[in-house]
Amino acid sequence: MILQQLINGLALGMVYALIAVGYSLVFGILRLVNFSHGSVYAFGAHIAMVFVGMQFGIIPALILSIIFTGVLGIAIDKIALAPLRAKKSKAIAALITTIGVSYIIQNLLMIVFGSQTKFFPKLFDYGNVHIGGVSISTTQLFIFGVSLALLLLLTFIIRKTKIGLAMRAVEQNPKAANLMGIDVDFVITFTFFLGGASAAIAGTLISGYYQVVYPTMGFLAGLKAFSAAVLGGIGILHGSIVGGLIVGVSESYAAAFLGGGYRDAVAFVILIIVLLVKPTGLFGKKGVVKV
Amino acid sequence: MEKISLQFDRIKEKMNFIKPNKKRDFLLLATLILALPYIINSQYLLRIVIMIGVYSILALSLGLVTGYAGQVSLGHAAFYAIGAYFSAVLSVNFGISFFITAPIAAIAAAICGLLLGLPTLRLSGTYLAITTLGFCEVVRMVLLNWEKVTNGPLGINRIPRPSLLGFDLTLANNGMYYLMVFFLVFTTVVMLAIVRSKIGRAMMAIREDELAATMMGIKTTTYKVIAFVVSAFFSGLAGAFYAHMIRFIDPNTFTFDTSIMILSIVILGGMGTIKGMFLGAAILVSFPEVLRFLQEYRFVVYGMVLVLMMRFRPQGILGGQKKTAYKLPKGVIVDINSNNSSIEVREAMNTVEEVI
Amino acid sequence: MTFLEVKDVSKHFGGLVAVDKVSLEINEGEIVSIIGPNGAGKTTLFNMLTGVYALTEGEIIFEGKPIHNLVPQEIVKAGLARTFQNIRLFADMRVIENVLVGMHTNTEYNFFDLLFRTKRFRNQEIEKHQVAIAILDSIGLKEKMHNYATNLPYGDQRRLEIARAISTNAKILLLDEPAAGMNPQESEDLLCFIKSLRDKGYTIILIEHDMNVVMNISDRIYVIDHGKKIAEGLPVDIASNKRVIEAYLGRSEQSCSQ
Repeated sequence: MILQQLINGLALGMVYALIAVGYSLVFGILRLVNFSHGSVYAFGAHIAMVFVGMQFGIIPALILSIIFTGVLGIAIDKIALAPLRAKKSKAIAALITTIGVSYIIQNLLMIVFGSQTKFFPKLFDYGNVHIGGVSISTTQLFIFGVSLALLLLLTFIIRKTKIGLAMRAVEQNPKAANLMGIDVDFVITFTFFLGGASAAIAGTLISGYYQVVYPTMGFLAGLKAFSAAVLGGIGILHGSIVGGLIVGVSESYAAAFLGGGYRDAVAFVILIIVLLVKPTGLFGKKGVVKV
Repeated sequence: MEKISLQFDRIKEKMNFIKPNKKRDFLLLATLILALPYIINSQYLLRIVIMIGVYSILALSLGLVTGYAGQVSLGHAAFYAIGAYFSAVLSVNFGISFFITAPIAAIAAAICGLLLGLPTLRLSGTYLAITTLGFCEVVRMVLLNWEKVTNGPLGINRIPRPSLLGFDLTLANNGMYYLMVFFLVFTTVVMLAIVRSKIGRAMMAIREDELAATMMGIKTTTYKVIAFVVSAFFSGLAGAFYAHMIRFIDPNTFTFDTSIMILSIVILGGMGTIKGMFLGAAILVSFPEVLRFLQEYRFVVYGMVLVLMMRFRPQGILGGQKKTAYKLPKGVIVDINSNNSSIEVREAMNTVEEVI
Repeated sequence: MTFLEVKDVSKHFGGLVAVDKVSLEINEGEIVSIIGPNGAGKTTLFNMLTGVYALTEGEIIFEGKPIHNLVPQEIVKAGLARTFQNIRLFADMRVIENVLVGMHTNTEYNFFDLLFRTKRFRNQEIEKHQVAIAILDSIGLKEKMHNYATNLPYGDQRRLEIARAISTNAKILLLDEPAAGMNPQESEDLLCFIKSLRDKGYTIILIEHDMNVVMNISDRIYVIDHGKKIAEGLPVDIASNKRVIEAYLGRSEQSCSQ
């Protein structure tokens, strides 16, 4: 039982990590918590559902969803956030804007697709694997594998590629990076694309796991992923992964031992504890105030 | 868009002609408010007016946190819910009068605000936004699952009407309207008192530059928590009023949508204003009734309000810099040299000399 | 007893040593300047004095009491107030409100007083407004007290920051490049004003780049380079100090010889 819940939690946690990375990426570069990320995730799941419904097959549907959702991420930045940066608006303006964007996306999904829960086919379902009393479904293995591969790919992009280097430079100091000839706008656009893309994948994986899609699905998932990002230290990639796993496993244990009614509250409790004990998160360093 | 923003400027200037400190205008306004139910003479319209009042109270409370102290809260629906449920449960189960349960409900909401504010408000603003969002969800979970007390998803019905000296206040006898006016005036007076004092100035300083405020000796966390607790108190009060007016509440009455609507009112009316909260509430509460064809899109409209206002007019319709002079307290002498004044002022001047 | 004594303070950011065992002694009623090249650690020193940064080592004694473990709010209350290198006014508040915020901690009324507008509240408000007007008058901003801080010209904004610092009832004013960005006439006026503050009994610690200002105004000067104190003394001594010329003033000669 304990081991079984651990397995369930790890699969779930990997997906949370994937969403959390989206928060971390944008936060790292813009020092902004992108509230719309949860809705972007829901959008990704809906797009995948549409293409699966049109008999595209799961992989092409996933790819199309990545593209559409990535473009949505870019659009959010270009239409809503970039003008605020150009105007040098206060931080609160960007925060409120992302809240508004999130709400618009969620309600447009509701108008277009209806607010009811819709069916999503189970992904990669070839029954269960039994190992010493623990049963792991192939779906869980698939989710875990895909998420892990993507997180490794993201880490590779940021650590080893030229654009990753540019991202890290912008994260350190956007002005200086700009003077060094880095196209900061492009880096931001790329970051939003990555965030959108990972949200699309996470949305598709979770929908395939629970077999349901609904417009407000991003609300709780976003909250949990944010808790995961803060737990690991927001802005830190590997922190988000560890945070995601901890949130996923805790949730799965809470569902087993406390009952389903309160399972969604676990992430929130974790968030409050982190903020009380170590607001910078597990791997976070204390930032230096610039005066 | 820029043109609309200019239009808002014009509205703002016109609104500034309404100066409640002028006796005549004040009396006119008071008469109008008191006579309103007899002027409109329609239960349907009266109900909308009362809801505008309720949302004005909610917006005034959130306005203190967001408009004055510069912290974004998405959890005001939770305090609204706590107030409503506390008052409803107490009066349904124990038969206690509304006029006792309402203050208790407000205090309960304030205590929740304190418990939530303490860990989050010492951090940067974003954390408050997201933890209040989470708090909202947790409150909803508790309301849904703690069936013994809250009756779960079925909600609580037959909440007793407020009764004053054996006289039931209803919508039909305009009692609820006047009760709303009383609460609204109470909230406004308290908010004005806070805003026009050193506490209000400290909150604005925090909004403008938290570090500089710290360097002026302001305990920033304390003032953010004060704003948040006062705010939760009045949201709870609004909740109690709502519960006893509609007489039925369930967890779906108080969702994230409510929080967003309150935030939209604050942003539309103008952060850092009091008048703006009434205007914002009047616009956003009445628009789904007026523009019926937009009903389906009403939530999208709230989102658009947030995005477009931030982009084109972050100060809201009535916010931003005023052209009028700063209002000095009565008794302050600007022209120090040309005074032959009372002892009090001379005393004050002595302290001035000491400081300079 | 020294008024303000800074004993061997250091600040490390990870491996970077921003300030390295610097000691200062400030007497009451002095104008002391801290000079040094960009990035020498002057502002870091201010941040340590005002409690923004915790010290890595060392201690700061003010009027015989250690203040290095206090939070910024307590340090302000003890009597140290500052201005900022890049102006940090409360932009969307009025000029007079900025000064009133500075008087926050010594405005004495409580929540009850303000709710019921008691006599104490009214008297305090009148008194503090009166003081605020007097402070603004002394710095030449009285006519502009109704303006919003953000609408003031640059020089006025710098002066308003000083007014705000004064209003905290400070004994020591820490001014971080107050003349930066001012034209010669403005900085001349500012010099006179700072001197008049000293004559009224304020102690002033100044970070400044403009050598003209520094040499004219300072009673004593400390020179910091790479986080270390390299010289201290009277303006005449500093002007002729070899290490100072090498580290700081000499840079222009180097570029000439190239």
